[in-house]
Amino acid sequence: MNHLAIAPVLLPLLAGIVLLLMRHVDIRVRRVLSVAAVLVEIALAVALLAAVVDGDILVYALGNWPAPYGIVLVADRLSAWLLLTTALLALFALLHALRGIDVSGRHFHVLFQLQLFGLAGAFLTGDLFNLFVFFEVLLLASYGLLLHGGGRLRTRAGLHYVVLNLAGSTLFLFAVGTLYGVLGTLNMADLARLAAATPTENVGVVRAAGLLLLGVFALKAALLPLHLWLPAAYAQASAPVAALFAIMTKVGAYSILRVDTLIFGAGAGPVAGLLAPWLLPLALATLAIGTLGAVASRGLRLQAAYLVVASAGSLLTAFGLASAEGIAAGLYYLPHTTFAAAAAFLIADAIAARRGELADRLDPGPTMPRNRVLGGLFFVVAVAVVGLPPLSGFLGKFLLLRAALDHVWMPGVMATVLVTGLLTLIALARSGSLLFYRTQSAVVAPVGSALALAAELTPVAGLLLLVGALTVAAGPAAEYAQATASQLLQPYQYIHAVLGGS
Amino acid sequence: MEALLALVIGVLTACGVYLTLRGRTFPVVLGLTFLSYAVNLFLFAMGRLAIGRPPIIGEAAAGYADPLPQALVLTAIVIGFAMTAFVIMLALKARAELGNDHVDGRADR
Repeated sequence: MNHLAIAPVLLPLLAGIVLLLMRHVDIRVRRVLSVAAVLVEIALAVALLAAVVDGDILVYALGNWPAPYGIVLVADRLSAWLLLTTALLALFALLHALRGIDVSGRHFHVLFQLQLFGLAGAFLTGDLFNLFVFFEVLLLASYGLLLHGGGRLRTRAGLHYVVLNLAGSTLFLFAVGTLYGVLGTLNMADLARLAAATPTENVGVVRAAGLLLLGVFALKAALLPLHLWLPAAYAQASAPVAALFAIMTKVGAYSILRVDTLIFGAGAGPVAGLLAPWLLPLALATLAIGTLGAVASRGLRLQAAYLVVASAGSLLTAFGLASAEGIAAGLYYLPHTTFAAAAAFLIADAIAARRGELADRLDPGPTMPRNRVLGGLFFVVAVAVVGLPPLSGFLGKFLLLRAALDHVWMPGVMATVLVTGLLTLIALARSGSLLFYRTQSAVVAPVGSALALAAELTPVAGLLLLVGALTVAAGPAAEYAQATASQLLQPYQYIHAVLGGS
Repeated sequence: MEALLALVIGVLTACGVYLTLRGRTFPVVLGLTFLSYAVNLFLFAMGRLAIGRPPIIGEAAAGYADPLPQALVLTAIVIGFAMTAFVIMLALKARAELGNDHVDGRADR
């Protein structure tokens, strides 16, 4: 039994509880505690990554009940990769929130830690019902975070988000119930074993439950046509929350990838390849719609939100190729697109704060103080988001296109990815020139000190440094992604690790 | 018994879907509640229907009811209850801030 697998789940939970108990303590103490908890979470994620990098799969049986009777936490390469991405993203989102957004409502740090608790649990659990529970934990925390700070538009967007996700949770339970009723287990490794041996009369029911699961995860991942909730919700959320939510669509993508490779993989007999006919076309359509939305957006934050939809589309396109190269390309692209999207929300907030009444509306406005620094940073963020060289987005898209070469859908994938890339470039170039070139001379906002500016832009710069690190370390990162993909495509390793001998 | 339970779940789900698609927050909340009732019954039925059977091991038991769905339903009820409470508060907040109870905050529909 290795306790390392449960530590990243327990730490944010305990930190959240302690922060709740300390709600009357000075805010500076709580801030230090919250940041410290995230730093330790990063260290734990790195330790977990180091423990699984050689292909070991850590299994933690809660209460020492053996699988499949008890609930297990399973840490493999995929879980550790996503955990590290989440923890790094959380650090910079939190640093941005420390600039005052965390005191614009109550319990920000508690909700933030509980959100991390839900995310870590969702990535590590090896039980389908437990996945539902962690989804609920992360959703309930996200409802609180989304509404944090209040405001008319935010309440309206929050109401839509909550109602839609509650309906999604109901569907999740229907799918889980059906699978349990037919296969008699909820442990994902055991499900994979039993699904491969589904008797003929039950194949239809298992397929229905599997597609229902795809629907639920597609709602979380903002896959077309279930993406409509995302732009309004993300555009209305406060900047650090929107930045943290950049990982939320990836939870859906992770769940799709996990279920697709483990339960409905190539070795699943009568239910093999269940999701494949749906995933690639829908992902390409999502990419196209997200990009068109970004081109048509009238505000910078809405544009960033549509780019999150597009990034979910390209990620699922890579996973939808269903080859080791495709999945590896997607896994390399995943941290990049998460960091880039988060940086886009943070820089949009910094820009909106300097344009007075106009905020983030894409209309010609006043010249911003320190527009060279801001403009330069916006330029680098845009390069990262579009996927231009030299940053890792370019490498991710290159890997994706190379993986698509052998696929029957090659022309469609090539055309969609390249045209949407060009459209994103046009959209962001237009936004940039509107914000920084077509300006009137009057300066509305006071010029702050250089130190304050540096403090404000540190999170954005930090996220860009991570993107840079992913570019410099492209070799090891791509190798790791490749190893993860091959581990995912050999689900018997996972099944063996969880269930033992059989 | 199976047919009756299936009918109950079906009717609850249909009512829930219809109400969730309404334009005012109150019917939407009611619809979500109906949906969660339906799914709770559905989960419960997934352990197969059995009358008078114990879920835990006893010496005189002729057979057993599946205890796992009961535990799942308990979890689902708790989560569903908390979510309903949350969405009611949110609907009240939206009513106060938007000035009406339409889900899009538009009074004219």
